Amino acid sequence: MVPQNKAVGSPAALPVFPALMPRAEAVLIPLGALFAGFLAFSVFLMLVGKSPIEFFSLVWMGGFSSAFSWQNTLSRVAPLVFAALCVALPARLGLVVIGGEGAIVLGGLAAAVAGTAVVGLPAGLGMALMAIAGMGLGGAWIGAVGALRIKRGVNETISSLLMAYIAIALFNHFVEGPFRDPASLNKPSTLPLDASLRVGDMPFIAAHWGVMAGVIACVLCWILNERTTIGFAARIAGDNVRAAQVQGLPVAKLVIGFTALGGAFAGLAGYFEVAAIHGSANASLIAGYGYTGILVAFLARHNPLAILPVAVLFGGFEAAGGLIQRRMDLPDATILVFQGMVFIIILLSEALYGRLRIFQPAYWEAR
Amino acid sequence: MEPVEIGLWGVPLAILGGAIRASTPFIFVSLGECLTERSGRINLGLEGTLVFGAMSGYAIAFETGNPFIGVLAAAVAGAIFGLVHGWICKFKGVNDIAVGIAMMLFGMGLAFFFGKPYIQPQAPDLPAIPFGWWSDIPQVQAALQVNVLFIFGAVLAVLIAWMFKSTRIGLTIRVVGDSTDAARAMGINPDRVRLLSTAAGGALAGIGGAYLSLHYPGSWTEGVSSGQGLMAIALVIFARWNPINCFWAALLFGGAGALGPALQSVGISEGYYLFFAAPYVLTLILLIMTSSPDRAMQGAPLELSVTK
Repeated sequence: MVPQNKAVGSPAALPVFPALMPRAEAVLIPLGALFAGFLAFSVFLMLVGKSPIEFFSLVWMGGFSSAFSWQNTLSRVAPLVFAALCVALPARLGLVVIGGEGAIVLGGLAAAVAGTAVVGLPAGLGMALMAIAGMGLGGAWIGAVGALRIKRGVNETISSLLMAYIAIALFNHFVEGPFRDPASLNKPSTLPLDASLRVGDMPFIAAHWGVMAGVIACVLCWILNERTTIGFAARIAGDNVRAAQVQGLPVAKLVIGFTALGGAFAGLAGYFEVAAIHGSANASLIAGYGYTGILVAFLARHNPLAILPVAVLFGGFEAAGGLIQRRMDLPDATILVFQGMVFIIILLSEALYGRLRIFQPAYWEAR
Repeated sequence: MEPVEIGLWGVPLAILGGAIRASTPFIFVSLGECLTERSGRINLGLEGTLVFGAMSGYAIAFETGNPFIGVLAAAVAGAIFGLVHGWICKFKGVNDIAVGIAMMLFGMGLAFFFGKPYIQPQAPDLPAIPFGWWSDIPQVQAALQVNVLFIFGAVLAVLIAWMFKSTRIGLTIRVVGDSTDAARAMGINPDRVRLLSTAAGGALAGIGGAYLSLHYPGSWTEGVSSGQGLMAIALVIFARWNPINCFWAALLFGGAGALGPALQSVGISEGYYLFFAAPYVLTLILLIMTSSPDRAMQGAPLELSVTK
């Protein structure tokens, strides 16, 4: 936050570079924190007797070095982007929603079940209905978290995580019970989707259409946040609920709307996982994208456009996970340790905003 | 001994036994969270602390052959997690709820990372006291096997309640929890009190974790906790930040968790996963019933961000 200092001249009077500094703060602090996180994790690796150089070069190899690794990375970007939006949109209103995982698995289940019901309809219509089913259930699920918050004052962080556990229990119940494909013996699954309902790859890029949908969703959310009165009202309500209420802003509608929209995106992540990756709903859907998405959203400071590069970065880390496990003989939880460390340092860096003099106009004024 | 046929009586009995067996982690985590929250801070990371406590307690008990050293190690590990949480939250502009989420992921990551070699070996079990000696029915005896940590937890609940009510430490924590400014005016350093309260809360959560891996279910796996740490935090709100209520609420939650296995034991296996969800649904319902949309919650520490 730039302090309102009357003595400071208008920003236009400053040279271009210093004038940009307050804005650069929003980019440089998270970047610095990210590198501090890399550094801390390198120390951790050295303490357990592994080479950080090998780790990061394997991340490069497994995540970004070839067309194949990019394909791996991008297939993880779509669910991460949607899961991050499920955190970033409610965060606009000051809510910390962390149960996106629940909306992802239920969205995937709804889409898979809808997929068996729409056989016979034109493929385009069937796919649309599947996506709507996923988004609808996901939106209702997280929207309920928002409604509980605004109507009953229930803490949204706790309720959303509880509902994620409930969602996974419901998912297991339906996948192993009523909607189980009798032919799926070892791994209970819903009926496999008809080939015409599967989402394919985009032309020229080795990634399915869900990645494109994620990019569009981020741009639309950015426009919603920054260029519409709804987004502006949400920001006011996020800064100060009382002030927003006094001004007559529809706080309840905003909270329910933003949480439901976030949940709908998480449900869409489930839809793409089913329609583009797995072909049916089964336990593979419970992959933890909802939790990595929290980290992505916080690292992007809940800015929808910043979510995209951060999701690519963490998608790459997840894509390289298998390679790292095999080559370095590290357990699969290594990525979790890494993510936890980066997350903590990112949050610690929140204390730096407005504290570093180099980012203040007054610092450049004095020179 | 041969199991005696007791029919549907097995269900309430199994729930009672389950309540005693499964409630201990809830008791410790909720007492720890109660202590932390009374000082005006919320630590959502106790789920991670619980899992790390389970791993470290199991590993140390296996290496030393003594389960009580394992419990101690889990408490120390939990205290360290609490110190880290408390230290980070000291800085202005840092959101304690978000830090809790990060600590939860970090704690679970570390536990899975270092816990891999301990999934196979068998660590010594914590001793239990057979309170069911008077009965000939093995199911009754099984239900009344009360672990020493359960008794310790019950005593601790009374002790913490007494501490809040009648000691200087308890008063200090309450003042810090209700008004940072008043505490400063009294010459108390609120950050230090919160740091120590969070560390103590973490230590208790670590002990709860050690119970999971050393007694019930009694082994270390990556699925050793399924949200007990989180439910215990919700339970503190339901218990209105009162340690004695925390104890009763923990018993209730333990019983709810035992519902699924209890019904399964008498042959009702339909909807197993739905019964498995019972504790989460119960938590959510209680949370909805006890939260309030407009007025401040009765008994809530005034500085607590979760109720603001």
